[in-house]
Amino acid sequence: MTAGSTLSLMQATAPSAPAAAVRVSGLRGGYGGAPAIEGVDLALPEGARVGLLGPNGGGKTTLLRALLGELPDVGGELTVEGRLGVVPQTERSRLDFPVSALDVALMGTLSRLPWWRRPSRADRRAALAALERVGLRAEARRTFGELSGGQRQRVLVARALVQDARVLLLDEPFSGLDDPSTRLLESLFGDLAAEGRTLLISTHEIDQARGWDLVLCLNRAQIAFGPPDAVLTRDVLERTYGANVVELPGGGRGVMPPHHCG
Amino acid sequence: MLEWLVDPFSDPLLRRAALEVVLLGVTGGLLGCWIVYYELAFGAESLAHALFPGLVAAALLGVPILLGGAAGIVVAALAVAVAARAPSIGRDTAVAVVVTTLLGAGVLLALSQAAPPGLGELLFGDVLGVSDGDLLLAGALALVVVAALRVLHGRLLAVGFDRSTARSIGASPVLVDAALLVLLALAILVAVQGLGNLLVVAVLVGPAATARLLAHRMPAMMAWSVGAAMLAGIGGLLVSYHAGTAAGASIALVTVGLWALASAARRALPSVVA
Repeated sequence: MTAGSTLSLMQATAPSAPAAAVRVSGLRGGYGGAPAIEGVDLALPEGARVGLLGPNGGGKTTLLRALLGELPDVGGELTVEGRLGVVPQTERSRLDFPVSALDVALMGTLSRLPWWRRPSRADRRAALAALERVGLRAEARRTFGELSGGQRQRVLVARALVQDARVLLLDEPFSGLDDPSTRLLESLFGDLAAEGRTLLISTHEIDQARGWDLVLCLNRAQIAFGPPDAVLTRDVLERTYGANVVELPGGGRGVMPPHHCG
Repeated sequence: MLEWLVDPFSDPLLRRAALEVVLLGVTGGLLGCWIVYYELAFGAESLAHALFPGLVAAALLGVPILLGGAAGIVVAALAVAVAARAPSIGRDTAVAVVVTTLLGAGVLLALSQAAPPGLGELLFGDVLGVSDGDLLLAGALALVVVAALRVLHGRLLAVGFDRSTARSIGASPVLVDAALLVLLALAILVAVQGLGNLLVVAVLVGPAATARLLAHRMPAMMAWSVGAAMLAGIGGLLVSYHAGTAAGASIALVTVGLWALASAARRALPSVVA
């Protein structure tokens, strides 16, 4: 593979289940200098919840950007079936912006409409249905910035549903959420996966990822990829996070992300 | 009271001025909502001041003011782009240096012996002296801005809401920014004729800042903003007529007054207002 890029985005027809929604082999990528990630080889099946673990600066965001085709320097092979939807952290968006939950969900129609068209009544119905799907039909008219962190996260999931995304890329969706909000979001993710959508969820919560279907550990290179039981060993975690893995009182393991230290 | 409000408009000069400020109010009120949320207020002010030498040069050479202003904006944009590349200055500083340099150069030109009288109008505007051409231009501009903002609405909303993921949902921040800047340059170019180089920012930022205090949704904010711009325009003309003050400056003052009023109302009645 040469330094440039031999990126191939193919829209093949899906063979018998469980087909891979995302297939990556020999992926390396960066921003022009040394690669930020390399040696990524994986296949994400339809309907899988996949935990993406790694330290800050370990290349999680770089991988998501590579999947989106937004990385300036990419090598390797990358196949994505169907539409990708991004669910960003809600702090990235402006909370003083004059939009309702419905306005935000409607943004999901932009990529499907020709540039001169405005959302139709059918589009509004689809956006309301997506809000209903995430349990926020009653909050459709409320200002986005006034919603709780968990509700905002679910509005952004609704936006991805309006896009009709088959693959959802979620950037630390649980950070800053209280327990009830976390449980609501977890059960929503379960429902979406049951519909055959693929969820790639970056997180710092190792024990949470234990409940999902697959786990990818990334630290500038792929450390491990597979079912949680096989992947989440002390050895793999130490190679992923360095020496920051700590035993938790309850018997699980936790990670001290660098920004929580000191 | 009614006479105080109506009598001045028996004067055809004032009726034309009223039409001009209403048309510019539509443009400025709508565009201003995006300028405020895209944090382009400083950029708008800079553009308006930086095109000043272009206006003066056009007046000295006897070519249409519009042409001079357009050339002035291009020169200013290039100068900012070059200055921003200077290491360790920072963009805001570069813009400020370029703008004061250009404004200073314009004033020097305007004060030169060769300058025809009446160049002060370029700085402070002459809304009472608008021509048919000015009115047509302001009307055309209002139409263009309304149509463009209607088409761009969803994308402006998506990019303003979250720039980092706008591309992934189908809105290119680069294109949206460029479109907004082009509209802003057009609006300044046209509005500068009526309101003057120093006061044009009042109609582009003031009404939207007022509306932001009163509305929770972009469409409602736009309605408030256009209303505030028109009210300030007509109110300013009335003040200027009765108090014998400069029209452009009176409009700017009423604009700021409305903002102060909205600000106080929001403080006094937080549950009723927004």
